[in-house]
Amino acid sequence: MITFAAPGEVKVALGEAKYLADDRIAQVVYLAERLGKPVLIEGPAGVGKTELAKALAVVHDRRLIRLQCYEGLDESKALYEWNYKKQLLRIQADQGSDWGQLEEDIFSEDYLLTRPLLEAITTEESVVLLIDEIDRVEVETEALLLEVLSEFQVSIPELGTLQAKSQPLVLLTSNNTRELSEALKRRCLFLYIGYPTVDREKEILLARVEGVTDHLAEQVARIVRSIRSFDLKKAPSVSESIDWARTLLALGVAEIEATDVVDTLHVLLKYQTDIERVAKDLEI
Amino acid sequence: MLLDVLTGFIQELRSAGVPVSMVEAIDATDGLRHTDLADREAFKATLGATLVKNVRHLDAFETAFEVFFAHHRPELETGGDSSSQDKLQQPAGHEGRPGGGGDGDLDELLEALFQALLSENLSALRALVRQAVDDLAGIEPGRPVGGTYYLYRTLRRLGVDGLLDRLLESSAEAGRSDLEERLIREEYEERIEQLREEIRDEIRRRLVADRGREAVAKTLRKPLLEDVDLMHASRADLAQLEQVINPLTRKLAARLAHKRRLRRSGRLDFRRTVRRSLSTGGVPIEPQFRAPHPIKPEIFLLCDISGSMATFARFTLQFMYAMSSQFSKVRSFAFIDALDEITSFLEVGSDFPHALDRISSEAEVVWIDGHSDYGRSLDQFWARFGAHLTRRSTVIITGDARNNYRDLNSEVVSEMLAVSRAVYWLNPEPEAYWDTGDSVMNTYAKHCTGAYEVRNLRQLEAFVEEIALPPIGRVARPMPHEPGPGRFWRR
Repeated sequence: MITFAAPGEVKVALGEAKYLADDRIAQVVYLAERLGKPVLIEGPAGVGKTELAKALAVVHDRRLIRLQCYEGLDESKALYEWNYKKQLLRIQADQGSDWGQLEEDIFSEDYLLTRPLLEAITTEESVVLLIDEIDRVEVETEALLLEVLSEFQVSIPELGTLQAKSQPLVLLTSNNTRELSEALKRRCLFLYIGYPTVDREKEILLARVEGVTDHLAEQVARIVRSIRSFDLKKAPSVSESIDWARTLLALGVAEIEATDVVDTLHVLLKYQTDIERVAKDLEI
Repeated sequence: MLLDVLTGFIQELRSAGVPVSMVEAIDATDGLRHTDLADREAFKATLGATLVKNVRHLDAFETAFEVFFAHHRPELETGGDSSSQDKLQQPAGHEGRPGGGGDGDLDELLEALFQALLSENLSALRALVRQAVDDLAGIEPGRPVGGTYYLYRTLRRLGVDGLLDRLLESSAEAGRSDLEERLIREEYEERIEQLREEIRDEIRRRLVADRGREAVAKTLRKPLLEDVDLMHASRADLAQLEQVINPLTRKLAARLAHKRRLRRSGRLDFRRTVRRSLSTGGVPIEPQFRAPHPIKPEIFLLCDISGSMATFARFTLQFMYAMSSQFSKVRSFAFIDALDEITSFLEVGSDFPHALDRISSEAEVVWIDGHSDYGRSLDQFWARFGAHLTRRSTVIITGDARNNYRDLNSEVVSEMLAVSRAVYWLNPEPEAYWDTGDSVMNTYAKHCTGAYEVRNLRQLEAFVEEIALPPIGRVARPMPHEPGPGRFWRR
């Protein structure tokens, strides 16, 4: 695993993994590694929150373990579960043997089904753990994460406490659909990723879209910025501007005219009312 | 030294309402050990990541940071990022930055500013801004002001609006497309905005030097978004509030759904249990239950949209609009002295400003004079829609209950409550004003399940937390509760 000496190096390394970080992102990531703290990333959909985790995994050449959150996620799917079928087989196979011994055997790590959180701390090599869309789980479930996030350990009543063999780099993302608990926030560094500046968006386009010209990337970035200033239900995100640049390339557009924008607006905007509003404004 | 400033800064954040815990303060100090203190942006990123954990608090953080760490600003020697460093290397020289305090000619200053804006020369711009503030702001030491006055004075004397036109003129080119024109215009507007911010920051720096950080921070302190008074919210506040309403309604939806799920019907699903038991050799280890029958809550929202309630009404309508995207059964009604259903205007897919227009032009909410008449409106609701209320309906009425001394018809509310699950009243006025003048809040409150003071987002959130509905059938009436904040009466 590489340790970075300065935030600038983080930025460069991420850039090589095709993630264009700004100084703030680089600084927070650097801090997270230094302080050994999880990072809670918030921001509108499609600005590269999940991408950051993927890029970090590439940078460190570590495995990415992803826990996708959803309503109803519970302990047995996030942390661990006893493989009771295997336990049952064992009991049947060993009928007549000493129960005390048997009990010790069937509650050992061999009979444990690891789920993402436990896996992240028990693997030998250190990993990047991505807990995606944490705001989707209920407040009660959030509490499951607290031990993992602050102590990097998991307590299993039958087995004792499993300490992390190597400390994972933890990233949590949230779309801010609900307020996360204070306890969780306290344990994390907070990083808000908003829409990039025109220059940065252009760089992102150049890195991500194969064959895009400098001129086209700049035009796309400028027009997208302009569209974001409208009062929209859902402003175009970075991933949508990438899609748009690809669309324009496929259509063979070298110089974007207002009509090109109107014709391909559906790539950028996902609501009919938004499309109509922008189209109307651009056509004048 | 730094530690002192840091403690002061954290203190200021707390006074502004941002909750900063002890642990977070320690994290910030730890974090600074790994931060290049000469790099202002990195310094800011560290503090931001460790101290502020809510997007809504970022504005308060920005303001406090500007005030407390104004002196850390790299003036000429260090640059935040490499791109601005380039711009910093080739500055001032031929820009001819006029000497510090002199009585520089205004035209000359304007010309230099214009050049700096055109070439995006940040350091020259800052130097010029310093001079402009020297010459034009006329800062009087000791006056306890936030600086807005000085800002406008400087801007007016500079004639900033003229600058935009000049910028556009100078870059005008024949044969450019409309789209290109538009983009350029927006970019210049942004640069002018940047100039404005530079001037504002410069003035704040002067004020801090004059009166000290704490005093300036105090004058600049604004209520956090969740504490903004909904009755008197500014347009900018409303726009920001609109963005946080959606999460709130989703939360409400999630809470209601969660309560629904928690209630396991308890009926054993025999077939699935036996099926499952096959994998464990016929031992039914995991009993399977039937999924509870989903109950869809129906919500009836009644909103006073009269003049006195204009700002609040805009907010509640926005809330209704967001609600209708979350719940399948939300019916919305607006009233002044007559009541009309507005559900169709707020349907999913319609857009909100357009919906507002339609409500004000098409909904029949005025009967005689356009002054609130709760008695008549409620009576109308009961007569026309009362039959639709069932045990799963929740009625939410929003309004200040200022009835202009008209008939109350408060027994109508009792009748509504008798057939529905609950009737809540949300009042944007402080509780202390209830029943003063023509307010008849308490009379109505007696007939409701609960009446709540909802003056800001925080209270609305508290209400949403509260409204977790009891399961139908088991509890006919809401359970008596401990009195909580903002609640006046609960039956």
